Amino acid sequence: MTTFDPPAAPGTPAVPTPRTTTIEPPPLTRVEGEGRLVIQIRDGRVEQARLRIFEPPRFFEALLRGRAFTEPPDITSRICGICPVAYQMSALAAIEQICAVEVAGPLADLRRLVYCGEWIESHALHVFLLHLPDFLGANSALELASTHRRHVERGLALKKAGNELIRVIAGRPIHPINARVGGWYRAPRRAELTALRPALEQAREIAHETALFAATLDYPDDHLDAPFLALRAPGTYAIERGRVAATTGLDIPPGEFGEHVREYQVPWSNALHASLSDGHRPASGDDAGTAGADAGSPDGTSYLCGPLARFALNAAWLAPAASETAAAAGLRAPERNPFRSILVRCVEMVYAADEAIRIIDRYEEPDEPALPVEPRAGTGHGATEAPRGLLYHRYTTDAAGTILDARIVPPTSQNQRAIEEDLRGVVERHLGLPEPDLTALCERTIRNYDPCISCATHFLTLDITRA
Amino acid sequence: MTTSPPATSTQAPPRPTLAVWKFASCDGCQLTLLDCEDELLSLADALDIAVFAEASSAVVAGPYDLSLVEGSVSTPEDAERIQQIRAASRRLVTIGACATAGGVQALRDFADVDDFLAAVYATPDYISTLATSTPISAHVRVDFELRGCPIDRGQLLEVISAFLARRRPTISSASVCTECKRRGNVCVLVAHGTPCLGPVTHAGCGALCPSYNRGCYGCFGPMESPNTTSLIRQLRVLRMSDVDIDRVFHTFNAAAPAFRDAGGQP
Repeated sequence: MTTFDPPAAPGTPAVPTPRTTTIEPPPLTRVEGEGRLVIQIRDGRVEQARLRIFEPPRFFEALLRGRAFTEPPDITSRICGICPVAYQMSALAAIEQICAVEVAGPLADLRRLVYCGEWIESHALHVFLLHLPDFLGANSALELASTHRRHVERGLALKKAGNELIRVIAGRPIHPINARVGGWYRAPRRAELTALRPALEQAREIAHETALFAATLDYPDDHLDAPFLALRAPGTYAIERGRVAATTGLDIPPGEFGEHVREYQVPWSNALHASLSDGHRPASGDDAGTAGADAGSPDGTSYLCGPLARFALNAAWLAPAASETAAAAGLRAPERNPFRSILVRCVEMVYAADEAIRIIDRYEEPDEPALPVEPRAGTGHGATEAPRGLLYHRYTTDAAGTILDARIVPPTSQNQRAIEEDLRGVVERHLGLPEPDLTALCERTIRNYDPCISCATHFLTLDITRA
Repeated sequence: MTTSPPATSTQAPPRPTLAVWKFASCDGCQLTLLDCEDELLSLADALDIAVFAEASSAVVAGPYDLSLVEGSVSTPEDAERIQQIRAASRRLVTIGACATAGGVQALRDFADVDDFLAAVYATPDYISTLATSTPISAHVRVDFELRGCPIDRGQLLEVISAFLARRRPTISSASVCTECKRRGNVCVLVAHGTPCLGPVTHAGCGALCPSYNRGCYGCFGPMESPNTTSLIRQLRVLRMSDVDIDRVFHTFNAAAPAFRDAGGQP
């Protein structure tokens, strides 16, 4: 029989000293991305805790140059099959800013509505298929189906409700086709949306029930110190628009994102890292026109975006149903244990299903599916809350609408540094654990963040080197 | 090294084994399998899912009866890895535009990859990449190619069902136009004057874009015998500029020969 032995990843290997032993446990899985973990331990101290991402680069920011201003929603959705709506919405926000078009009323409501669908399908995927098996000692949801079949079946029904919402509004759940600069190609009929109501009511109920079930699980102790960053739109739980806020007191429009968040490259990862600073970028960090991300080390702090950050900053604006779920599950903002992010995802699914129902109930078919849009020269910024956290796009176009420059900062890029810091802490606190248990705990630590590495998947393999 | 399945091979299993592999891609085509919410659990009964990194931590050693391959080959390491996967697979089916035509990342084939690298990364030397993004069939024998960016869920189920029944998949190689007619759509190209790649694009999406009052943008790639010359003449009649014609052919299936040649050199 043939056995298949995939080759090692490219990149910088852990550098063993002659006294170093390298341990190679089985691959870490159930994450969205191609990477591995490298941990070096010497004399009882963690020397290095790195998330090495070797997902092949696909150069989206480069291939967008020379394309038309109408194309980024379709092109950038191909960055991620799990959160394509997020890419479309951030791209649209940035381009519509350049074109001085403001989409409002039902056309804007439909954007929030389709985004609710994506939050539901993406969170359900993570909660049931990727995360829950960790807590119940299974390798997969398929395996879980033999012991917890009802949960798996209801989880799939919840996921389907999210996908159906996207499909009806935008054509298909993966790389939907209906969103365009200025609005939509076709606005759904009211009856098409109201037909979704029963499935969304059931989704809200399943998400609530799942939160109650998840509240009974055992959670390892962990405490994340990094600041949280998320969009904020007082009065509502921010999804598709808002200002960029952080627990440091930061409160800026998306257009100033680049002045506070610096992307930089590290040798062990094909994904750029990011750090949060007080707003004054060093001159060398000015990448406003042509250059790629900075090289070298960070000058700001790590920070975290995603469900924990949104809950910390915006819990006050959850609608009653979601607030009740949070209270019933014993969640209070801020929640700083990343293992308990599964509870926050459940609360956000309750919110998304509930919000979707509200939007459907008030929906009136627009006269036209889109506003007229003319190309303009300029730079635009768009930030929306992808399921995994804030997704920032920036485009510069010429007068004909041709893209001169593009910059995309996905949530996993922003979270990498905080994830590595958390990982280091987890390993330090559990150095005495036997190797397989420590490995499993490290895998779980990574999964807490639902990393979307290419916004994609493959092996994340763990290397622990002890000297 | 570390990304290997267990070294010990298991006994021949009673159910056919399925392995899902990822190369350069967005993950959407393998996600399509998990999007089969109503069928997933029965699929898992019919097949032994031996490797599916996104969905399961359990990894079973090869050989595999059916390998689904997502993504294009864009690094030297991946060019090696696909050879090993082929050797370990009885049947190998590529899923999606990346695996069958190189995907949107094949736009690098028309540019200088060093410029691309420098546009994204400050220290390009850290990045290992090839100058091209190529389909799986450029490297190994492929038993069946499923089109689409992303693939269609119904077509994926048909391919897996056909495999289980040991028959050829029933997948039309006609154009999107045939699906549009069957769906009763008004022709957006003729009636509305909307540029549409439907006449030259492989069926499979169910004529999605025209059903949403939008012209097809070719995400399923070229149909079996596309008359792009004739379509381009019609697109010019509709006052589509040459640069827009180039762009629409050179997007998600830019390296598929019929679309590559239709788009000219950007």
